[in-house]
Amino acid sequence: MEVPILKQGEVLIATFQAALSDADLNQLRSGLVRQVVKFRSRGVIVDVTAMDVMDSFASRTLREIAQMIRLRGAETVIVGIQPEVAFAMVQLGLTLEGVVTALDLEEGLNYLNKKFKTVN
Amino acid sequence: MIVGTLTVQRKENTLMAKRDGGQVSGIAPDDSGHNEASSELLRELVAHLRQNRTQLREEWVGRISETRLLTAMTKEEIFAEATSVYDSYVEALETETFEALQAYARNLSERIIPRGVETHEVVGIVLLLRDVLARSLFAKYQTDFKKLNRILDAYEPAANRIANTVAVGFVQERERVIRQQQEAIRELSTPVLQVRERLLILPIIGVIDPQRARQLTEQLLRGIRTNRAKVVVIDITGVAAMDVTVANHLVQTVEASRLLGATVIVTGLSPEIAQTLVTIGVDLGKMNTVGDLQGGIEQAERLLGYKVATLAEPT
Amino acid sequence: MAINSDQDIVLARQKGRAMAAELGFLSGDATLIATAISELARNIVTYAGKGHITLKGIQNSSHVGILVVASDHGPGIPDIPQALRDGFSTSGSLGLGLPGVRRLMDEFEITSQPSRGTTVAVKKWKQ
Repeated sequence: MEVPILKQGEVLIATFQAALSDADLNQLRSGLVRQVVKFRSRGVIVDVTAMDVMDSFASRTLREIAQMIRLRGAETVIVGIQPEVAFAMVQLGLTLEGVVTALDLEEGLNYLNKKFKTVN
Repeated sequence: MIVGTLTVQRKENTLMAKRDGGQVSGIAPDDSGHNEASSELLRELVAHLRQNRTQLREEWVGRISETRLLTAMTKEEIFAEATSVYDSYVEALETETFEALQAYARNLSERIIPRGVETHEVVGIVLLLRDVLARSLFAKYQTDFKKLNRILDAYEPAANRIANTVAVGFVQERERVIRQQQEAIRELSTPVLQVRERLLILPIIGVIDPQRARQLTEQLLRGIRTNRAKVVVIDITGVAAMDVTVANHLVQTVEASRLLGATVIVTGLSPEIAQTLVTIGVDLGKMNTVGDLQGGIEQAERLLGYKVATLAEPT
Repeated sequence: MAINSDQDIVLARQKGRAMAAELGFLSGDATLIATAISELARNIVTYAGKGHITLKGIQNSSHVGILVVASDHGPGIPDIPQALRDGFSTSGSLGLGLPGVRRLMDEFEITSQPSRGTTVAVKKWKQ
């Protein structure tokens, strides 16, 4: 299953579907990093609203995405983690440390726009 | 070779209904040879109990007040209930079906539990009735010892089963009521308040058990989502003590809130609790703590971009 | 159901969620169950290559529940207590995730024999 990546100005938006396999996640990771380089994006939003399970692999992949994108000089925001999913994640000890999170796409864009302004 | 096995089980508070518990030399119901005789004996027994209804019932009620059971109820109430229990009791003996009695026991429990009637009282009165009836059987058949034995053999298993039915019915009803009350208390004790746009306050008061902690977290997370909250102030001034489990729940709540994009500020952490948390190894560095609720709200407003102005003291 | 690839992990947790819903679990609990299944299936794929997961509705005297059994013939776990040791907030750990699974569920049982395989059985009861 391919994850669609949208380009909106300086920001790339990747939207997850529910049933992503490990292979899909790996593909997304390399795809995102490639596109950040290609479009010289400054921010990436990963929208996980549709994810009904976030296990250790998905969680680790999200952290790796954020780290790799930071190495490219851009910032990543994870948006749309559902309350129930968040509860299950912390039970598993998955807290996405060091990764910025926001409530939804709108909040994620707000965060990035503010960030871009203060840098400029 | 098995290297290791480890089992972790949740504590279960399950009351098992023991069927025919304490049965003494009972006649097995499927023992066809004795079955006929047993039914006939039960019929004779039931006739005896019907005949002496008034006297036996009064004796029973007398014993109940003597033993100071059901003190929460008036004499008239006890008498009325005793009459119904007596009749259902005899009916259960006669029909050897317990559904009606079970329904009555549930209904009775529903009425008397709010009055503060305790489990031992309900068990007590049923055992008293069993005793009163057994004594009357002794009196009636004292000249015919063999018959007395057969009658008791027929009576005892049924009487035990009746006692169990009533007691279990009461306990189940009581548990249901307790569960309901706990639920209500939990709902009341974990209000998620929105004090201004994007700011939630969660004042926690009293004892936090794992179940309540979980409910609290779920309520807060839902609250964050519906109110689009960016900052949450959790005030634990009203929490008397905190052990490692509860402390970890608190940490989890903070972490889960962050996953939804909200910052948590914990206020009202007493020096003692703070000391305890550090001693048991909770990472306070992960928590944003402020001394009191007032300070917590001020910091929350700063995070939200509001300017905090101190009002001049009234003169 | 057989667990042979990362696709099967997704299938297993979807089945788990569907069964939990059928048994009447609230969606919050169904998420916990699905997440636990995902972790158990992942352990199979990562450490044993292939194995099985079975799901079953169960009932004790007062509650309905779900039983998840994950078994494989992989290398086994030499030190179970260590595998279950829990640095409580070690986020994103690369470990087996067993302490986490234990927290997600109500009952947890593990049997392992070196070079013979591992069986993990977990239960969750409906409140």
